Amino acid sequence: MKLDEFFVTGDPLIYGADVSIALTLIGAIFALTYFKKWKWLWTEWLTTVDHKKLGIMYIIAAVLMLFRGGVDAMLMRAQLTVPDAGFLDANHYNEIFTTHGTIMIIFMAMPFLIGLINVVVPLQIGARDVAYPFLNAVSFWTFFMGAMLFNISFVIGGSPSAGWTSYVPLAGLELSPGVGQNYYLLGLQIAGIGTLLTGINFLVTILKMRVPSMKLMQMPIFTWSSLITMVIIIFAFPVLTVALALMTFDRLFGSHFFTMMDGGMPMLWANLFWIWGHPEVYIVILPAFGMFSEIISTFARKTLFGYKAMVYSMVVIAGLSFLVWVHHFFTMGAGGAVNSFFSITTMLIAVPTGVKIFNWLFTLYKGRIRFTTAMLWSLAFIPNFVIGGVTGVMLAMAAADYQYHNTYFLVAHFHYVLISGTVYACFAGLHFWYPKMFNHRLNERLGKWTFWIFVAGFNLCFFPMYFLGLAGMPRRVYTYGIGDGWMSLNVLATMGGVLMGIGFLILVYNIYYSFRYSPRETTGDPWDGRTLEWSTPAPVPHYNFAHLPEVKGHDAFWIMKEEIKQGKKPEKKPYKPIHMPSYSGVPVVMSVFFFIAGFGMVFSWNWMSILGLIGVLATMVIRSFDYDKGFYVSVEEIEEHEKTT
Amino acid sequence: MKSMLALSMFFAVMVLSGCSNLTVLDPKGPVAEQQANLILFSIGFMLFIVVVVFVLFTLILVKYRERKSGPEYEPPHIEGNVFLEIVWTVIPIIILVVLAIPTVQTIFALEEAPEATSHKDPIVIHATSVDWKWVFSYPEENIETVNYLHIPEDHPILFKLASADSMGSFWIPSLGGQEYTMSGMMNELYLQADVPGEYRGRNANFTGEGFTEQTFTVTAESEEDYEEWVAEAQDAPELTQEKYNELMLKGHVEEMTFSETHLQWVDHGMDAEYATKVRNGELNEEENLKQDDDSHDSHSDMNHDDKKDSEEHSH
Repeated sequence: MKLDEFFVTGDPLIYGADVSIALTLIGAIFALTYFKKWKWLWTEWLTTVDHKKLGIMYIIAAVLMLFRGGVDAMLMRAQLTVPDAGFLDANHYNEIFTTHGTIMIIFMAMPFLIGLINVVVPLQIGARDVAYPFLNAVSFWTFFMGAMLFNISFVIGGSPSAGWTSYVPLAGLELSPGVGQNYYLLGLQIAGIGTLLTGINFLVTILKMRVPSMKLMQMPIFTWSSLITMVIIIFAFPVLTVALALMTFDRLFGSHFFTMMDGGMPMLWANLFWIWGHPEVYIVILPAFGMFSEIISTFARKTLFGYKAMVYSMVVIAGLSFLVWVHHFFTMGAGGAVNSFFSITTMLIAVPTGVKIFNWLFTLYKGRIRFTTAMLWSLAFIPNFVIGGVTGVMLAMAAADYQYHNTYFLVAHFHYVLISGTVYACFAGLHFWYPKMFNHRLNERLGKWTFWIFVAGFNLCFFPMYFLGLAGMPRRVYTYGIGDGWMSLNVLATMGGVLMGIGFLILVYNIYYSFRYSPRETTGDPWDGRTLEWSTPAPVPHYNFAHLPEVKGHDAFWIMKEEIKQGKKPEKKPYKPIHMPSYSGVPVVMSVFFFIAGFGMVFSWNWMSILGLIGVLATMVIRSFDYDKGFYVSVEEIEEHEKTT
Repeated sequence: MKSMLALSMFFAVMVLSGCSNLTVLDPKGPVAEQQANLILFSIGFMLFIVVVVFVLFTLILVKYRERKSGPEYEPPHIEGNVFLEIVWTVIPIIILVVLAIPTVQTIFALEEAPEATSHKDPIVIHATSVDWKWVFSYPEENIETVNYLHIPEDHPILFKLASADSMGSFWIPSLGGQEYTMSGMMNELYLQADVPGEYRGRNANFTGEGFTEQTFTVTAESEEDYEEWVAEAQDAPELTQEKYNELMLKGHVEEMTFSETHLQWVDHGMDAEYATKVRNGELNEEENLKQDDDSHDSHSDMNHDDKKDSEEHSH
């Protein structure tokens, strides 16, 4: 392979990216060396198994990916603003919408939520860490390396361009001969390992690591939503793993699972993809529901209305999520009976979701509503998600879907649910739990600027797209003619997109500004919270709880505070040494080997993939013979921590 | 303030001008009409739901914000209300039942030819997507066109959809919803135009580089004009296999007309491999013959279909 085939050449935008990547890398290396931070980086972060630090790293990675996916979105909007624009050619546009979709779902939404779950869930259930801390680090690093592998495609070898759904035969070797699609397959495969491990890890954590006094029906609702999400992950992700593996075999080893030639079955890919893909959208929405529930309850100063109904509705949603996948291709010609069945199951999801909407409204009813930034995001979610939801019901009506399918009506719908659901929740959760992570709050004034600009921009960007869809504009076209009459709405959409971009930049500035100027927290309970994470001191000690808390009902911390108000004195118990897991460098090294193996497979360099896989195996062996059983935090150290708070 | 007003005026004008051509809600045939009716019916219910939630939401926020209730107000402890929760479970279920009935009815109705013209035999047109063009074969008229269609008005058309390579979606928004074209698969789609005119059709499912321009035009005209066009097209140059194989190569072409159809060599609804073999140069003389044999098999199947059609003709 020649060097100019290895590196992507010929496009000024890519050269710009090359330069900025190089500069960022050099800058980072320089800064780490200049401030003598290499050792700190290794011992405090790269080898950590602390769920709070892993959560923070997940979130940082997710924000970076949000930036990358957002730049992709801006480029698309720039190209579509006016008819017959020549800013991007068809191939470049195809690559950009492919990476935009893949990155936003797999490498932004999921890690952002998993990051928040990592930080919050163990604290909410009174645990000192997750069930498998080492595995948790493997989860993060495989996700991170998978994301990096996917991301380097645009400067080395070329990006995938068959859409985030990668429908065959288009994504097959005959019609997509480049290495781009291999990046998609291997990047997702490696990151998928991490997600599956997270699913197992948190399922066990929530079931087995709760403080003994916390019954299932006393768990905070966010923990419940995480538990149900983990169950979905465990059932859905193996399907993706298998589907990706089969397509990898097709492309690298000449098998014929999904090919046109020799009796392959391209439709099978669409089915497998969506058997994973539909539960996937609930994987990214259920934790969001959980967060909104916590935040609305906290800032309405009321316990969640219909807690049990909220739990059961999530269970029903999770069950239905596996019974609706065909609605992604009603137009495949499966016949009236099949389409009717999947129309009805899809519509049914609206029932438990509607129950949740009304329960949120009645949590607010008779409350004392404080409009903090986190609360604003949670409130804006309700009307926006309802718009996304009712258009979802419209799409569920198969006979009408034949006209919506593959159009901007669909694009508008899924952005309405994913942005006002998942992205609003990420921002709300970030503002809400930020003091738990960084020991200071995000600035409220800047937060509100972000909120208003982003929400206005979001609606301006995506509401017109419903009409574009009804006007016949298909998704994934890289341009359109002046005669199509789609320009005015596209201009509006682009203006909205720009506003969203500005909102994001203010958020980033807010992170910097708050780091510099926000007062540090003195208590661990900045919002007058209701669940156990707020009972931990600021900063949260690495062992989380010096004493395991006593849970007497839902909203456990609120009950404790009520008791203290009524004059109950907290009893002083002596500290005992706490057993904690040791940090380990194995996960990050193992994941680097995964990266090497994946990179080798992308280019079919067998020596490299074998080398990488040997490395993976070797690190596993090393781990198997690791007799480190962790360490005890001494009573003196605990006393030292608890004294400062 | 003035600039705000000007800005909102500007937005209003933009939105309204954008709404003036909602193709999907401006149907030109019975299929699209059924779908538009279903869409409008559902929009009514959806607006009702949106209004209920928005009104409740606004009232609650205004009434219970802290600035109004004061920092001293302590909210009551309410765990839920079984009656209310049953109400907002049952009402959505009722709405969904009301929506599901016409949905299922329409799903099954669209599988048949439109009722109003059911006394007429449908015209069969094979629509085949090839990267990045559309090939239309009229087996009964024995003509083939590329990237354009002529159809008579008030006459049901039965499209038999297949693809030579990547999965496409055959869509004429003015006449009705889309359906996928797949290699080695045959889908059927009834459409009909009630209003003469020129409509735009396209591939709606992403097929790679040339996807955006994978479009065609549909001319719906009176039966007489249509017959005239058919007669004219039958005088067009004959489609040769060599010529057809050129069409199998990736790329765009102009509108074309041929007498004879490609169905004598290949039925893409049966044979998923033809286009790939052509592109790989694997169709040499010998395999051509074999291919002929293969397609004879499929051809006989198709003849069977045609026979059925012609039987229906005789009724």
